[in-house]
Amino acid sequence: MRREVPLIITAVVGIVFVIQYFIPHYPFNQLNSWFSDWFSIIGACAIWLGALNLIKISADKIYRKRAGWGYAVVIILSFLVITLIGLFEGESFRDFGTKFDWMYRFVYTPLASTMFALLAFFVASASYRAFRARNLEATLLLLAAFFVMIGRVPVGDAIAMKLSIPEVIYPSGVAVWIMNVINAAGQRAILIGIALGIVSTSVRVILGIERSYLGGD
Amino acid sequence: MKKEFLVYIGILILAIILYFFVTEPVTFSPTVSLIIIGLIGLALVLIFVRTIMGKLVGRRTVFSFVAISVVVPFFMTVEQPIQTSPEVQSLYQAVLDLKPGSKVLVSFDYDPPSAPELQPMAETFFSLCLERDLRIIIMGLWPQGPQQAEMALQKVMDEPAIASKNYRYGIDYVNLGFQVGNEFVIQRMGDDISSMFQTDYYGTPYDSLPLMRNITNFSNIDFSFNLSAGYPGTVEWVQVAVDRYGVDLGAGNTAVQAPQMYPYLRAGQLKGLLGGLNGAAEFEKAAGRIGKGTKFMVSQSFSHVIVIAFIIIGNAAFFLGERRRKEEVVE
Repeated sequence: MRREVPLIITAVVGIVFVIQYFIPHYPFNQLNSWFSDWFSIIGACAIWLGALNLIKISADKIYRKRAGWGYAVVIILSFLVITLIGLFEGESFRDFGTKFDWMYRFVYTPLASTMFALLAFFVASASYRAFRARNLEATLLLLAAFFVMIGRVPVGDAIAMKLSIPEVIYPSGVAVWIMNVINAAGQRAILIGIALGIVSTSVRVILGIERSYLGGD
Repeated sequence: MKKEFLVYIGILILAIILYFFVTEPVTFSPTVSLIIIGLIGLALVLIFVRTIMGKLVGRRTVFSFVAISVVVPFFMTVEQPIQTSPEVQSLYQAVLDLKPGSKVLVSFDYDPPSAPELQPMAETFFSLCLERDLRIIIMGLWPQGPQQAEMALQKVMDEPAIASKNYRYGIDYVNLGFQVGNEFVIQRMGDDISSMFQTDYYGTPYDSLPLMRNITNFSNIDFSFNLSAGYPGTVEWVQVAVDRYGVDLGAGNTAVQAPQMYPYLRAGQLKGLLGGLNGAAEFEKAAGRIGKGTKFMVSQSFSHVIVIAFIIIGNAAFFLGERRRKEEVVE
């Protein structure tokens, strides 16, 4: 039963979602609404589950003094501080000027942005060390990257103006052409491939052939 | 470890000194800006020459140049010609085509890491909508989205031109908040928006919001705009809201995600697209507004040029290394 029940739920929900797309009338539209609501309910529960799991893993790390347990202390303290501030401030905790809002604007936002900003350094360093014109394909990629990078910023056109380059081949125009033609064609091919893959995997899941999502052996 | 700790302490002391002693905004004159650009250019030429001579630079040098190219332009007074691309112009036109009083749904599907790119788009979009007396309905499929929307809205509301119009919450704009469920939220909104947002961001019941009283589903929405940094985002809005419910959708995406949207743009599923900070700057140019997008473009331009320069230097080193290896084999 531990395997049969999830398989039946998956098959029923999957079939209903497929049918309601083509027949959006009773009873399929009603079933679609119910299942969608259930998805939201399960999603909301998963947020709690995720938070509790984070606490459990971090607490375990501290208890066993595993490598980097100091970071786990920071995680738990941060979690508790922000949760308690939110709880004490009541329903209006997100209003402007509250302590929660202050934490969001002046602690969370700069920290999260800083982590993301580090990417710029790694991208530059990786480009310098690995972006080489080793063969024809790599050279084409390099040229496309060059035109998109220079064409996506105003300085590209400014340089082109100074060099009296014809307006037809301004970097911004070339970048737009690359994005609209070459990139769109490549993206379409990828999208079609992904869509076909999703359809085949979905059919396998609905029919119970693909069972890896159940976990276990 | 001790050395790193001392560096952190040094940065902290420098930040405190700057905070207390530099009270006025620092701006370099155009001459000083040009001198700095020249010095950076000369330094790059020097690195190029050293690379040709076989002396490669380390990654710390690359990091330093990236940091300089991002930070220093914030103080520069350099003007750049910003050209509005067709995808940005079409989004601007789509908003212009809306009649005053039209309902615009804006979904904030991003969090603070992507805010430098997407927040300027949000501010300009809000400004444009409010200038044209459009009604704004805000929501988010990411938990932090509605809070980002509040920040953008507050900034725009403080602008004199908008503040003078005395827009009221609940009548002219609402924030429905975050709802968990990804694309299923969009799907349910196609039938009944109130089923997903029974209260707004502040806990007000849906039916108590005058703006929402006559809005049942997407058929009552005139235009939608999605600000996206990943999943769930523009792809899900196109696949569910546009393809299934015929919503008119425009999108603002991070520069990393934007290339994936071009097939939808070319197929007409997206009315317009803002890609990255450049898209934000172009949108500001189209809307006649100077915001963060325009201001940050100098920094973006510099960093792109620096990365391109290092790619060229890296390739020079690669080809010279290859040639030396071949010569050694021949010998």
